[in-house]
Amino acid sequence: MIKINKKVENIAPSGIREFFDLVIGMEGVISLGVGEPDFTTPWNICEYSIFSLEKGYTSYTSNKGLLELRVEISEFLNNSYGLQYNPDKEILITSGVSQGLDLVIRALIEPGDKVLIPTPSYVSYQPLTELAGGIPVLLNTKSDKEFKFTSTQLEKICKREKNIKAFIFNYPSNPTGVSYNEEELKSIAKIVEKYNIVVISDEIYDRLSYKFKHVPFPFIKNMKDRTVYLNGFSKAYAMTGWRVGYACGPEKVISAMTKIHQYNMLCAPIMSQLAAVEALKHSKSSVEYMVKEYTKRKNFLVKRFNEMGLKCQEPYGSFYLYPDISGSYNNSVDFAKDLVKEQKVAVIPGIAFGGIEGDKFVRVSYASNLKKLKEATNRIQKFLSSIS
Amino acid sequence: MDEILELLEQNAKMTPEDIAKVTDKKVDRIKKAIKKYEEAGVIVRYKTVINKDLLKSDSEEIRALIEVNVVPQKNKGFDYLAEKIYRFPEVVSCYLLSGTYDLLLTVCGKDIHTISNFVAEKLAPMEGVSGTVTHILLKKYKEDGDILEQVERDKRIAITY
Repeated sequence: MIKINKKVENIAPSGIREFFDLVIGMEGVISLGVGEPDFTTPWNICEYSIFSLEKGYTSYTSNKGLLELRVEISEFLNNSYGLQYNPDKEILITSGVSQGLDLVIRALIEPGDKVLIPTPSYVSYQPLTELAGGIPVLLNTKSDKEFKFTSTQLEKICKREKNIKAFIFNYPSNPTGVSYNEEELKSIAKIVEKYNIVVISDEIYDRLSYKFKHVPFPFIKNMKDRTVYLNGFSKAYAMTGWRVGYACGPEKVISAMTKIHQYNMLCAPIMSQLAAVEALKHSKSSVEYMVKEYTKRKNFLVKRFNEMGLKCQEPYGSFYLYPDISGSYNNSVDFAKDLVKEQKVAVIPGIAFGGIEGDKFVRVSYASNLKKLKEATNRIQKFLSSIS
Repeated sequence: MDEILELLEQNAKMTPEDIAKVTDKKVDRIKKAIKKYEEAGVIVRYKTVINKDLLKSDSEEIRALIEVNVVPQKNKGFDYLAEKIYRFPEVVSCYLLSGTYDLLLTVCGKDIHTISNFVAEKLAPMEGVSGTVTHILLKKYKEDGDILEQVERDKRIAITY
């Protein structure tokens, strides 16, 4: 009889699998449940990659990824944020942030190590920690504090838990859309320094920051040496299917991550790496265009949801809203199920992202065009009228 | 360009209320701004982009791009002749260009005879016109930023984290 690894078996199955199946099996659904851009990859990027295939670029690259791409990333980070990483030693090309995250967790976490994860959070942080034998320590954020944790709250939990090894920090956040400004980051930095915590900073939504200029965590004084910075091309360049991202950090960590990467992935696909080079070199205006579109949609949705009585805060970044549905339902899965059954609009139940208030919220993605968002909100309004 | 104009250029059906929802602007201010733009001629008119290839009707039309060489008139430059040409209703667009010819026209007619009559009887004999080259338009792929294809289906999985 085949026995599955206990750690894998113990990973809780997604509580909303059934809901996902319901949505996928349904025709005519307007989905606000998609975690990727509705734009296709800018054509110059696709064309460059097609050309590279025609030229025969179909091989492996070095484990760390094409040097050309690492150099571009290094220059991009320096020009955009004043972040300096050595392309030879401090940058690793990964297959998206998802893989980068797994690599850094496995490179750092030993059985029993504590990993601090603010909730609600992206769905992979806890399972990946558990697979590595780590113990997730949850830092629950609350709606009355805009789903932001405060430095006091952070300090309290660090003190209580004593030996937290790593902190998985994601801003702008999926699912809540909150982000942190430079001052807030500085006070977080003081605490992680005091308690000697490594920060794994998932900043995949950095280009979608609406209220202030995004500041990367390693940019904060003394943080570069204790931060592994994760980013990629999926969201800003609408390149989710290409599976290409990068990790930047101290040489020691990047080299440990590369050890694992060389055995589990070998390298990110060359055509995607070349596409990423083109993205960094020539796609600024496409990114600006997409950000402008997301901004319009965000403005539209925030107003419409608040008008309909589904209270939601203005997101700081990403392309998600996190409206409160507790006025009409006390269970986010029921809300999402009834909404999709009655009006064929899909949203993700907040419970999927954990947190102590998960069931009071749903995640709404505005990675859909305005016409669809308008129709979707009209349908949601009909749904709300029918249940009140 | 003003955000209001950008939005209307993309979708002329947007009401001031719609515009207010996607921007930080108030409805009254938007109404005033639109009125101002209309009066000043910044907003010329509101039109609908139609992909006529998808219409199964017999009201088909034919288009031609015509390169025109002209002899500029003393004291009048190109503008005088350009106006004489673009005033014909068959001419739907008219540009002055740098390069091997001077004016580029888009001419529209119900069939090839309409176009050839226009060229032979109106355009080519006109004083100041020294030569024309007519290209019949065979297929439109993209016009003014719009790709004229059937709407593509969303290829994303309906729900993902």
